[in-house]
Amino acid sequence: MQAAIPVKNAAPAGGEVVLSARSVSAWYGPKLAIRDVSMDFKRNSITALMGPSGCGKTTFLRCLNRIHESALGTRASGEVLLDGADIYSRGADPIVTRRRIGMVFQRPNPFPTMSIINNVVAGPRYTGITRDPLELSEIAEQALRRAALFDEVKDKLKAPAASLSGGQQQRLCIARALAVKPEVLLMDEPTSALDPLSTLKIEELMQDLAVDFTVVIVTHNLQQAARVSQFAAFMLGDEDRVGALVEFAPTERIFTHPQDPRTEDYITGRLG
Amino acid sequence: MIAGARLEPGRRYRGLAGVLVTGFCSALAAGLLIVLLGYVIAQGWTAINPSFLTQLPRPVGVTGGGVANGIVGSVIIVGIATLMAMPIGILTGLYLAVYGRGFAAEFIRFLAEVLSGLPSIAIGLFAYTLFVQPFGHFSGFSAAFAFTVLMLPLMVRTSEEAIRGVPIAVREGALALGLPDYGGVLHVVLPAARPLIVTGLLLAIARVTGETAPLLFTAFGSQFWEANPGAPMAELSLQIFTYAISPYDDWHRQAWGGALLLIAAVLVLNIGARLALSRGSKRR
Repeated sequence: MQAAIPVKNAAPAGGEVVLSARSVSAWYGPKLAIRDVSMDFKRNSITALMGPSGCGKTTFLRCLNRIHESALGTRASGEVLLDGADIYSRGADPIVTRRRIGMVFQRPNPFPTMSIINNVVAGPRYTGITRDPLELSEIAEQALRRAALFDEVKDKLKAPAASLSGGQQQRLCIARALAVKPEVLLMDEPTSALDPLSTLKIEELMQDLAVDFTVVIVTHNLQQAARVSQFAAFMLGDEDRVGALVEFAPTERIFTHPQDPRTEDYITGRLG
Repeated sequence: MIAGARLEPGRRYRGLAGVLVTGFCSALAAGLLIVLLGYVIAQGWTAINPSFLTQLPRPVGVTGGGVANGIVGSVIIVGIATLMAMPIGILTGLYLAVYGRGFAAEFIRFLAEVLSGLPSIAIGLFAYTLFVQPFGHFSGFSAAFAFTVLMLPLMVRTSEEAIRGVPIAVREGALALGLPDYGGVLHVVLPAARPLIVTGLLLAIARVTGETAPLLFTAFGSQFWEANPGAPMAELSLQIFTYAISPYDDWHRQAWGGALLLIAAVLVLNIGARLALSRGSKRR
């Protein structure tokens, strides 16, 4: 059968696994949100998590850097191995984990009272990497260049972050995440609040970032998943709205030869 | 029926009556305030001159003199109260906003509500029992304590609302960078909430600046310069009270002058609060 959506990226050969989720389940209070999700993320790849609203893809993403548990009453179980070490093991520090696994959110969330440059260096400055102004401004320039924002803001680094456009704010948030030099970058529907042009820029940026980082992106936009990712996971909630992994494969295969009929229904538009 | 339907005549008149009644009441309220302000200004204006602002009260029968010691006393008492209420109020608000679920938080909120409804004279009595009786004399500090108790519920409420108003996404942004919980609160959430917290603080200060009842048996008043909060202290609103119920015309004039000063101070605080708010909203 033929998928309706063209796939640009050919699936690459298997690389080294950086991040590995094993039987991850997560709760909000007594409510189970995802059950037993297991997935491997390979170095320098982009993995897209797809699925209809409420399927738990964002919850799963938030378990990967232990930010899920920052809300009151939430809980997660299972293992997430980062370079082979379980970030959920007893004594593992979530703060250290979050420095190694950066995150970009659905809506641009620059720190409202800070200038552009102070947003970028907030991570290194307040996590004790350095407070030296010279070093910080070097880190800022590097991160802003990496996020393809430097040329647009180099003359107004001290301007409020809120003065930037939505797309620029999102790239600022990416720069801010990069400034703490993570290995993995989690992106939770990073373009869903942006216009098509800004979306395109962020997608190009994602491709470029995968050279240095491992990227996991949540998206409900199938075209986006097809455009940017090498691996794709399809998640679905059951009748109790408990999300589970249906299928995980190279993106090309998901879109051309889905193994599960539910995946096929979803990508051909019959579901969700 | 719907298109081109004519307004039912009775409803038009009822609507008109509603506008008239509510408009009249609004005009009445605004008019009362304007008359009051105008009267205080007219009465107090003549009393205000350099010696009124810089001199001590004169003995009975001697005209002239001023309320300088009362102004100093007010600033010291309100200042101490602010220094005590500010950290406790903001930190309590922070606790409620960030961790505020469950029984303990609900109980604190309930207490703050009850506290904000207590008559200030009852709080003065409490301060009297706690800080005047055991020491055997009145003091500026006991007044500052009473003011602290008056300011606290306001500070707690406004701080909690200010901190709650900072989007969760902003706090999570800080967490996602690997900032510890307190780091995110300190460097990101509190600065974002600051304009509203400052507004609340200024309004709380304005609230106690005009208080008199708890001072009657705490600060007590004084005819002399007194900068030591351990001793009885002059206070502007107390002086207004004493002067107003006296039989002397010169003192009546000075009471109006003091009232004008107090109103001006409260006005300045309120304008400051509005400025803090508008500057904050521009930055967001």
